[in-house]
Amino acid sequence: MQESFVYIFFSACLINNFTLSYFLGLCPFFGVTQRLDTAFRLGLADIFVMTIASMAAWFLNTFVLKYAPYLQTICFIVVIASTVQFVEMVMKKLFPPLFRALGIFLPLITTNCAILGLAIFTTNKGYGFLEGLVYAWGAGIGVTLALVIMAGLREESDLQGVPKLVRGTAMNFLISGVLSMAFMGFAGLFSSTG
Amino acid sequence: MAATDETSRAYREFRKGIWKENPVFVAALGLCPALAVTNTTLNALVMSLATTFVLVGSSTLISLTRKAIPKQVRISCFIIVIATFVTTIDYVLKAFMYYAHKDLGAFIALIVVNCLILGRQEAFASKNTPGLAISDALGMAGGFTIALTLTGVVREILGMGTVLGMRVLPESFEPWAIMILPPGGFLTMGSLMVLFAYIKSLQDKKREQLELRAADEAAEGRAG
Repeated sequence: MQESFVYIFFSACLINNFTLSYFLGLCPFFGVTQRLDTAFRLGLADIFVMTIASMAAWFLNTFVLKYAPYLQTICFIVVIASTVQFVEMVMKKLFPPLFRALGIFLPLITTNCAILGLAIFTTNKGYGFLEGLVYAWGAGIGVTLALVIMAGLREESDLQGVPKLVRGTAMNFLISGVLSMAFMGFAGLFSSTG
Repeated sequence: MAATDETSRAYREFRKGIWKENPVFVAALGLCPALAVTNTTLNALVMSLATTFVLVGSSTLISLTRKAIPKQVRISCFIIVIATFVTTIDYVLKAFMYYAHKDLGAFIALIVVNCLILGRQEAFASKNTPGLAISDALGMAGGFTIALTLTGVVREILGMGTVLGMRVLPESFEPWAIMILPPGGFLTMGSLMVLFAYIKSLQDKKREQLELRAADEAAEGRAG
């Protein structure tokens, strides 16, 4: 049991990194990674919302969706959207500077595929409550890792003489391609154990 | 007169989505599906079809009900409308294109969080008449389809040497397996964006030259 938690965690965090191998949550990945600290905070918000989303998914799966499976998409998105709205209100009240820094991307966490994706994957894999939580943390930390690495690289590359044509989103894509290749290297991490 | 104005405006809204404000290459919206399901051309086409259906459907509905939706809860309303259309297309695909649906997996359900769709509702459909909203949705969906298909074709050719399952490169061509894996998505999309920016810069240069020449001629005309 212990080992399977470790496996779920690292699998979600490194091997199947949400951003770099499932392409989930790319909008903030390219949108909010100009600065390292903003990227890190967005990552934290992501972890928080993902934790709640996985609990919500478990709750819905156990009590609602068993009886009405066609409601899956609507249920997930409504519950997650209200959760995000709640986080937004708490943040606005308690951390106004952070709220300003994240700007438009906070409401967009609602439409962050990483979060709905997490809920759907948890369901498809048939994870229980605890497994779901571990999966959410793994995924959240994985996303944060990707955001922070990306922001660090972008802060550096802003100072370099990049040709005008490639500058901006195109270069971010090429950088993430290389990052994604690097993360492919983690694929062998658990091959022996399972 | 008013009718032709309306038509030309609708046409403009349609065209801007295809090229000038191409959702994927220029605005960088809706990237997740653009990368995740473009490993083959067929997947890319099915995905575009589903997205077009959802975008046009929800734009129409939102635009029709735009006066009835209270401002404070508009985002939630948009999302519920979008989710309804997504559920519909999800079940339709499952019924008629079972294998494609299986290939796309969770990504059909994830159309609901495609920022392109919510973005169009917020920025356009909720403020304009249904006619304009539909042409805007069709234009954006068209741009999205072009972007996805291009990426899908490039990745399938390089990754497997085929297009829609038909072989286009000789057998001796060693497929670049990386192109159908995740990194290939990023690299292809990045390269296409560079290409897009390059064509755009050429166009801008041409336009500048034309303007310069026009200015010269005007100056000569005055001098003459």
